[in-house]
Amino acid sequence: MYKILKKKELAANIYLMDVEAKRVAKTCKPGQFVIVRTDAAGERIPLTICDYDREAGTVTIVFQTVGAGTKMMAELQEGEAFHDFVGPLGCASEFVGEELSAIKDKRFLFVAGGVGAAPVYPQVKWLHEHGIAADVIVGSKTKDLLILEKEMEAVAGNLYVTTDDGSYGRSGMVTQTIKDLIAEGKQYDVCIAIGPMIMMKFVCLLTKEYQLPTIVSLNPIMVDGTGMCGACRVTVDGKVKFACVDGPEFDGHAVNFDEAMRRQQIYKTQEGRAMLALQEGETHHGGCGNCAD
Amino acid sequence: MDVLKKIPVREQDARERATNFQEVCLGYNKEEAMEEASRCINCKNAQCIKGCPVAINIPGFIEQVKNGDIAAAYQVISESSALPAVCGRVCPQETQCEGKCIRGIKGDPISIGKLERFVADWARENNIKPEGAKEKKGKKVAVIGSGPAGLTCAGDLAKLGYDVTIFEALHEPGGVLVYGIPEFRLPKSDVVAKEIENVKSLGVKIETNVVIGKSTTIDELMDEEGFEAIFIGSGAGLPKFMGIPGENANGVFSANEYLTRSNLMKSFDERSNTPIMHGKKVAVVGGGNVAMDAARTALRLGAEVHIVYRRSEEELPARVEEVHHAKEEGVIFDLLTNPTEILSDEKGWVTGMKCIRMELGEPDESGRRRPVVIPDSEFTMEVDTVIMSLGTSPNPLISSTTDGLETNKWKCIVADEANGKTTKEGVYAGGDAVTGAATVILAMGAGKAAAKGIDDYLSGR
Repeated sequence: MYKILKKKELAANIYLMDVEAKRVAKTCKPGQFVIVRTDAAGERIPLTICDYDREAGTVTIVFQTVGAGTKMMAELQEGEAFHDFVGPLGCASEFVGEELSAIKDKRFLFVAGGVGAAPVYPQVKWLHEHGIAADVIVGSKTKDLLILEKEMEAVAGNLYVTTDDGSYGRSGMVTQTIKDLIAEGKQYDVCIAIGPMIMMKFVCLLTKEYQLPTIVSLNPIMVDGTGMCGACRVTVDGKVKFACVDGPEFDGHAVNFDEAMRRQQIYKTQEGRAMLALQEGETHHGGCGNCAD
Repeated sequence: MDVLKKIPVREQDARERATNFQEVCLGYNKEEAMEEASRCINCKNAQCIKGCPVAINIPGFIEQVKNGDIAAAYQVISESSALPAVCGRVCPQETQCEGKCIRGIKGDPISIGKLERFVADWARENNIKPEGAKEKKGKKVAVIGSGPAGLTCAGDLAKLGYDVTIFEALHEPGGVLVYGIPEFRLPKSDVVAKEIENVKSLGVKIETNVVIGKSTTIDELMDEEGFEAIFIGSGAGLPKFMGIPGENANGVFSANEYLTRSNLMKSFDERSNTPIMHGKKVAVVGGGNVAMDAARTALRLGAEVHIVYRRSEEELPARVEEVHHAKEEGVIFDLLTNPTEILSDEKGWVTGMKCIRMELGEPDESGRRRPVVIPDSEFTMEVDTVIMSLGTSPNPLISSTTDGLETNKWKCIVADEANGKTTKEGVYAGGDAVTGAATVILAMGAGKAAAKGIDDYLSGR
C-alpha cells in the first residue's frame, strides 16, 4: 500500500498529496508520470509527477477533481493509502538527459496553465538546482485557482502570473504574456508548455510564429501506461506515437492537437454518468436530460 | 459406450451465453471424467507426453483418474505444470497432446485437456495444494512478469528451494491470463487467482506495480538487491495497427486495449469505474485467438460483431474450437476482406470502414496462400467500432535498459530455446518476449526450461 503522508487542498478541488512510494521516488525524473488507483475496483489514473523526495521515499502528486476517479482520490485522507501507485512511467524531459554544458546557456521559457503548474514545477526546480534560471509564466482562470505560486517563485528566474479575469497578476491568457515578454525584448531558445490541450495548442500556434521550439506534455487517455494498449496514441509529425512510452513530452509544433482533443472525448458520456452515479448513488435513473437512458 | 467417441463435455447454451460473461464450458463431473479416462489405453511409448510443451505424465495422471484417485492425479500433473486449471482451458490440445493421441487415429482422441481441467478444478474445490520444497537453497532469483512463463518458472524454482520474487508491472498478477483472456474462457477469481495462490503457497513472493526498465532495472536487481539470476517473461508488447487512414478515429481500439478494459479493469461489470465502448456494430480485424476473444467480448456487450479477415476460413490462425464457439454465439465472419480506410464523422467518431475483397493466390513464405486484391471490389461496412487485432511488436522497456542483453532483428530478446539463457550472464528469458506472440503453454514450456537452466547455473553445473 502507498500511504498518503500529506494532503493539502491547494485551491477549490485541487489537491496535493505526498505519497510513500520508495521505488518511484528513487528513480523518477522531471517529466515522468505515475498511475494510481484508489481501491480494488478503481480505474487507473495517470498523473504527472509534481515533486519527489528521494530520501523520504515520497512522490508528490497534484490533481483536480474532474470525474468520478479523481473525486474518489480526493476523498482519501492523510494516513490512508492508495491501492496502487506505479511508476515512474514515460520518458524524462529532454534536458535531463543532456550534457549540462549543452543546456546551461539555454534560455528556457516555461508556460503553465491551471494544474499544469504541477508538472512544470519539478522541471524548473531541476534546472534551478543545476544553476539554470528559467522564466516561468503561470496562467490561471482566476486568483483563487492559482497554485504553487510560492514554490515556483523560489525556483524560477522570473515568474509571471496571469489570470484570465485579471483578478491577480497580469490580465489575460498565457499567450498574451508570451507576446508581451517577447515584445519587451525577451529572447528564448526553448519553450515548454504544459496545461489544458487547448492552451498548449494556442501556445504552439504562437511560438511557431516566433520560430521558438516548443515542447508540450500530453495527457491522453491511457490504461496500462507501459505501451501495451495503444489507447494513448497521438499523431506527431504525421507518425503515430504512444504517449506513455514515446512521450509524454513531444515537439508541440508537430503534434496534431485537434485529433488529440477529439480522442480525449471518447469516454466523456460514460465518465459523466459515473460521476452522477457517485454523487447520487442508486438514485440516478435517467431523466436528467444529460444522459441518454 | 463407444470407445471411439469421447464423452461430450457440457457447455452453456450458445444463445444464453452470448449475453453473459460466465464460462462457456462447464467441464466434466467425476463420473464423466472416469469414463473418459477409461478410454486411455496407457501407451508404453506415450506420444501425448511428447506433444506437451511441459511434458506432463499424461497417461500417469489419467490412470489415477481411471482409479478415481483425483488427488493422486493432481500431484502427477503438478510435478510438471504450475497452472493445470488454466492449461486445461486454453491450451491448443488438438495440435499438442490430443493431436498425438493414438486413439485419434481411428476415433476421437482422449479429451486430455478436459480431464486436466477436471483434475485441477477438483483439487481446488477440495483445497489440495501442490507440494513445496523441503529444503531452501538461500539463493534469490527474480522473475520479471507474472504471466504463464513467469509463474511457471517461479513455481519450478520455488519447488527446487530458491527464494523467488516476481515483479509485475500491472496492479494484478497473471499477465495475459488476467488482461487478455476473457472471463468466459478463463474465470479470473475462481481459476486464475487460485492458481496464482498455489504458486504463492510454494513460497513465491509477488511485487506488483514494478515496471522493470522504469521503476528499477535488471542491473539494479542484480547489483543492489542481491538477485543471483533473473528470468524475463515480460510478454508480448506493443499492439500493431494497420497504418491505414482514419485509424486514430474515436472508436478504433487495439484488441489489447479493448480486452484489458474488459478483463483486467472489469469494465463489462457495471460496478467497475473503467469505461468501455459499447458499440452497436463492431468490426474486429484479424483472425487469431485474440480476435475471437475481442469479438466474443463485444458480442456479450450487446453488439453485432463481424470478424474481418483477409484470408479464408482455412487460414484462420485461431483454434478451431474458438472459431466454432464464436460462430455458435452469432459472430459473423467476413472472410477474404481487407480494410483500406476508416471513415468518421466531423467530430471524429467512426461511421464505417472501407474494405476490399480478396482472393487467394500462390502460397507465400508462411506457406499459406497469399491474399490478393480483387480489383474494383471496394465496399463500405457501416460500423461504429473497429478493434484491431493484428498482433504485437516487442516492448523495448527491458532490452533498452539492460547492458549486454541482445535482441534480434524483430527486437525480441535472444535466448537459447533449451535453457532460456540470454547473452547476459545470469539472465534468462522466455515466452512472448523471446518468441513474439504465441500461446500460454509455449510460454510455460519456456518458463520451465529456463527454471532448469537457472538451477543448473546457480548449482554451478
